[in-house]
Amino acid sequence: MIGTRMKGLDVGKIMADFPILNRVVNGKPLAYLDNSATSQKPLQVMEAISHYYAHSNSNIHRGVHQLSAESTAAYEEAHSKAAAFIGASSMEEIVFTKNTTESINLLAYGLGSRLGKGDEIVVTQMEHHSNLVPWQQAAKRAGATLKFIEIDQKGELKMESIEGSITKKTRVVSVVHASNALGTVNDIRMIGEVAHENGSVFIVDGAQSVPHMPVDVKAIGCDFLAFSGHKMLGPTGTGVLFGRRDMLEETEPFIFGGDMIREVSFGESRWNALPWKFEAGTPNISGGIGLGAAIDYLQGIGMEKIEEQEKSLTSYAFKQLETIKGLKIYGPPPEKRIGVISFNISGVHAHDVAEILNGEGIAIRGGHHCAMPLMHLLGVAGSARASFYLYNTREEVDRLAAALEKVKKIFSV
Amino acid sequence: MEAIDTNYAGEGMYREFILDHFKNPRNFGTLENAEIRHREFNPLCGDQVEIFLKLNGDGAIQDVRHTARGCAISVSAMSMLSETLRGLTLREVAGMGKESMLGLLGIPIGPVRIKCALLPFYALKGGIIAYESRK
Repeated sequence: MIGTRMKGLDVGKIMADFPILNRVVNGKPLAYLDNSATSQKPLQVMEAISHYYAHSNSNIHRGVHQLSAESTAAYEEAHSKAAAFIGASSMEEIVFTKNTTESINLLAYGLGSRLGKGDEIVVTQMEHHSNLVPWQQAAKRAGATLKFIEIDQKGELKMESIEGSITKKTRVVSVVHASNALGTVNDIRMIGEVAHENGSVFIVDGAQSVPHMPVDVKAIGCDFLAFSGHKMLGPTGTGVLFGRRDMLEETEPFIFGGDMIREVSFGESRWNALPWKFEAGTPNISGGIGLGAAIDYLQGIGMEKIEEQEKSLTSYAFKQLETIKGLKIYGPPPEKRIGVISFNISGVHAHDVAEILNGEGIAIRGGHHCAMPLMHLLGVAGSARASFYLYNTREEVDRLAAALEKVKKIFSV
Repeated sequence: MEAIDTNYAGEGMYREFILDHFKNPRNFGTLENAEIRHREFNPLCGDQVEIFLKLNGDGAIQDVRHTARGCAISVSAMSMLSETLRGLTLREVAGMGKESMLGLLGIPIGPVRIKCALLPFYALKGGIIAYESRK
């Protein structure tokens, strides 16, 4: 340690935990730069899952036998780990879902009784479809209106639009913390204050922020936080909904069945305690345990260090990409974004960019990033997107820049 | 495990003639009074193509235009397809399989890009089906 400066990450040591990073793709070493879509998984997560299946596999909350007790304890412990990870008060505030999309749908249905004719729901113009379509449909069911906080030319939310959109009629404000398409990090603490001053529920879509920076639900002042386990080294099919205890108590379940009930007669049912009233049926037990191992892994490294490493890599990538003539980056400067860089090369479609990069072993995304209204606003059909995580290196960024020059050469632009 | 054929990956599909059709698409534009006008869209990547066909008295294609916009594969596929259509009857076009479209393109196409390659073909087929059902 030099002074107060944090020691950087040992990326070489981290890479050794991810066997997939040794893959050769089209004759070149894999450079995986599609982390916003899903992250890779370390051995520790795979081992946690195979250990569970090899030693404890059984259903939870049912049997009195040894295996069921072990499975129940491991699955509940994963909830506790998730609670500690985001600063929740207890595991009762943590509902496991299959992804961010399901977490938000749970709310769009579960908060439905709060919505009536003439009420308003507020989201932003930079939402992923998963935080747009559920509210569009909830508004239709309730006869409510869906309003959008506007973005400016730089891809940041307009201050006056935040204050103008959220009013006394607003019942729900649901805002993305970090944009998957632009990388913009929003000032959600401030938006939450405006929401609460107006008596609204405040929901944060943390799919792209929770994996990449320290997020504390009390510090950001949200009522609900939705995020995905598979974007933070956990298995696919895992997601989380945090809800403040009193808010979850008031939220109706939207999937009904076993394990979510306390008492059932032929005519009536009473719901189980938190968080189980929202986890009907046999859950993704191995996935939840794998997510717990992913959280252990991230905490072992430290979210501050991960954030710092990604910021440094993003600034470096900006410098490299900005020197490429005809390449346009969308969204704010590197200091105001996560490690997501959306761009286009003039005269080349994003899919062709992604195709040529694939030939170089570089995995990026090309398309509309499930944010079609936003892409329309930017006046593009889609963009190419490179997104980083803790195992990415400057060398991979250099390969990205060189491959983009190759794209230009092939297309003579 | 290495099941992916790498022949079509990367720059392999960007042959000179593909890039030429992409940059200078043949028969680009619209047609007034086209009997057949049909639009297809690939929501995944935003590729879109609208095809216009003018028929003569015998039900054969007299003229063709399109407004393909998107990636190099979909635009060049539309451009090349448009060059083959004049003089063909709708029956002849209806008999065309997707293999002949891929043959026309003349480059190896993997499973990921096949939707781009076939978008113009489906626009053509869709236009003819809609026209026949209106008759």
